[in-house]
Amino acid sequence: MAEKRLTRAEKKRRQFMRTMALLGVVTAGALAGIVPSIKGWVIRLRPPGALTEQKFLAACIKCGQCVQVCPVNAIKLADIGDGVGIGSPYIDAREQACDFSCDGLQCVLACPTGSLTHDVNFSHEVDIGIAKLVRPKSCLAVNGKGFKGPARGAGFKGMMRYEEVDRWNPIPIADHPYDLELCDLCVRTCPIEIRANQCDIGKPPSGDEQQCPPKRAIRLVEIDSEDGVKKMRPEILDGCVGCGVCEMICPAEPAAIVVENNELRTGKRV
Amino acid sequence: MNYVPASGCDAMKLRTSYAELFGADPKKPQKSDISPEAAEVHAAQKKDKTRIAKIREEIAQMAAHPRIETIRPFRWMILLLVNLLFVVSYYLDIQLLEGALTASRFAGFHMADLNSALQVMLAFKHVVINLVIGTVTVFIFWWLLGGRTFCSWVCPYHLLAEWAEIIHLKLVNKGWVKDHPLDRRARSWFWLVFAVLALVTGYTVYETISPTGILSRALIYGPGLALIWVIALLLFEIFWSRRAWCRYGCPIGLTYGLVGAISPFKINYNLEKCYHEGECKKVCLVPHVLDTVIKGRATKISVDIGADCTRCGRCVDACPTESLTFKFKGMGDYL
Repeated sequence: MAEKRLTRAEKKRRQFMRTMALLGVVTAGALAGIVPSIKGWVIRLRPPGALTEQKFLAACIKCGQCVQVCPVNAIKLADIGDGVGIGSPYIDAREQACDFSCDGLQCVLACPTGSLTHDVNFSHEVDIGIAKLVRPKSCLAVNGKGFKGPARGAGFKGMMRYEEVDRWNPIPIADHPYDLELCDLCVRTCPIEIRANQCDIGKPPSGDEQQCPPKRAIRLVEIDSEDGVKKMRPEILDGCVGCGVCEMICPAEPAAIVVENNELRTGKRV
Repeated sequence: MNYVPASGCDAMKLRTSYAELFGADPKKPQKSDISPEAAEVHAAQKKDKTRIAKIREEIAQMAAHPRIETIRPFRWMILLLVNLLFVVSYYLDIQLLEGALTASRFAGFHMADLNSALQVMLAFKHVVINLVIGTVTVFIFWWLLGGRTFCSWVCPYHLLAEWAEIIHLKLVNKGWVKDHPLDRRARSWFWLVFAVLALVTGYTVYETISPTGILSRALIYGPGLALIWVIALLLFEIFWSRRAWCRYGCPIGLTYGLVGAISPFKINYNLEKCYHEGECKKVCLVPHVLDTVIKGRATKISVDIGADCTRCGRCVDACPTESLTFKFKGMGDYL
């Protein structure tokens, strides 16, 4: 064997070169992890209070404490496909939106590094993204249609808190069927709208007026109808925080309304 | 009873401990470095003919009654318990130990892995109070236990790597594979490279490939594709280089080594009791730290094992003459 003839020093040098080569390969591999973020290959809805994307990824320690405290399990952790975003929390609104049923933004309180900033205290201060009616043609309200049954079918696992059913515990949406003459699910389930309505009748959540959203988030506006059937269109307002409940509840397949990521999120944050 | 308090040259000892941690090869001590008491023992051991007979007897006895390791199973149990506590706490929703190994809350108290916290601090350049609390708590904890105790008693990758090592050694024994040692300085380079990358790119680059973080999250939140990287590392260790990641790569290990270098808790070596059979070096996970047990190397009667030691206790188990022991020494040496 050729290696036998090498002197000790040569062997050491060879070992050093081999080590450096491996070190280079592993470093390059790890560094490649920043590509998905820089190139914008992965766009994620982040949990409430998340800093702007780059700062969020810098600050997140990838521990999943936000995942553990969420009462509706809205938060998931990204896999290695997200590169440096590995283990970072995100929300897939269609599967399970953030419905603020924890009331106190538990994920923000759980975050040990401030990647979910404590500057955000109330649901109306959150800015995950903003809802958009991307498929108006499939919207039931736009077509003047009503809705009957469980919003996303009997097998859907998504959950929500219905205060009239149980103030403290979320239940599966599948266990809460609807019977609506004109579908207004996106408006009636909107957590911001629910709070605003409570405040309007003088019953703010937990009796705390600070929880009253200053702006409305979504409403239905009547649109022209040629066949005499009442038709309405969801209009997204300034108060929308991008929680994704409208996207989750929308019975159209795929959803007529979706939350688009707020790239900038809030400027008032770090 | 034969314990001789450490004397004068502790600054040098600490320097050696750090140098070995950073990857320097252990050096043969100069004659002048060896204390008169130790020199006396070395000389006596050379002359003592009955020692050879004693060693032979000792080895024969060990062959007849192979020692059963007791510390290793206990250590594995602790390691599994800590990691399973995360899982159980989450599944039963008892909020006893929330989060993962990168950062967690034990009964409400913040804890942060020192290397993960460092990555975040360098990348984010802003430290919130909770992270300070978590980092300080964990710093004190591992400083007390010393060395790289985290590695062998808590890190889930370490456990898999130990199992991979068992397979590797079996294959080496059969002559099917060969160990390719790497340069131990690589770990220091890695540490520096990832610290600089976090600072410059503003991303926690190391977390992408941290097998410790990946495994901890996989256990708690379910497996993912990232496990392929962990499996690749293990295969590399089985077929190419013995315990490569822990020995030559992992910056977390270096971070804990740095913190645990000056610790009140040690593995202590006693020269007078030692027969120099070398059983301890055979089982040691980081054999370079046991250079002092080689005949003629110990500079004092009582020597503390260096910072790269993982306090795994295998040498304590293996030593037939109780020359290696766990010892709580307090801070007397450093004051």
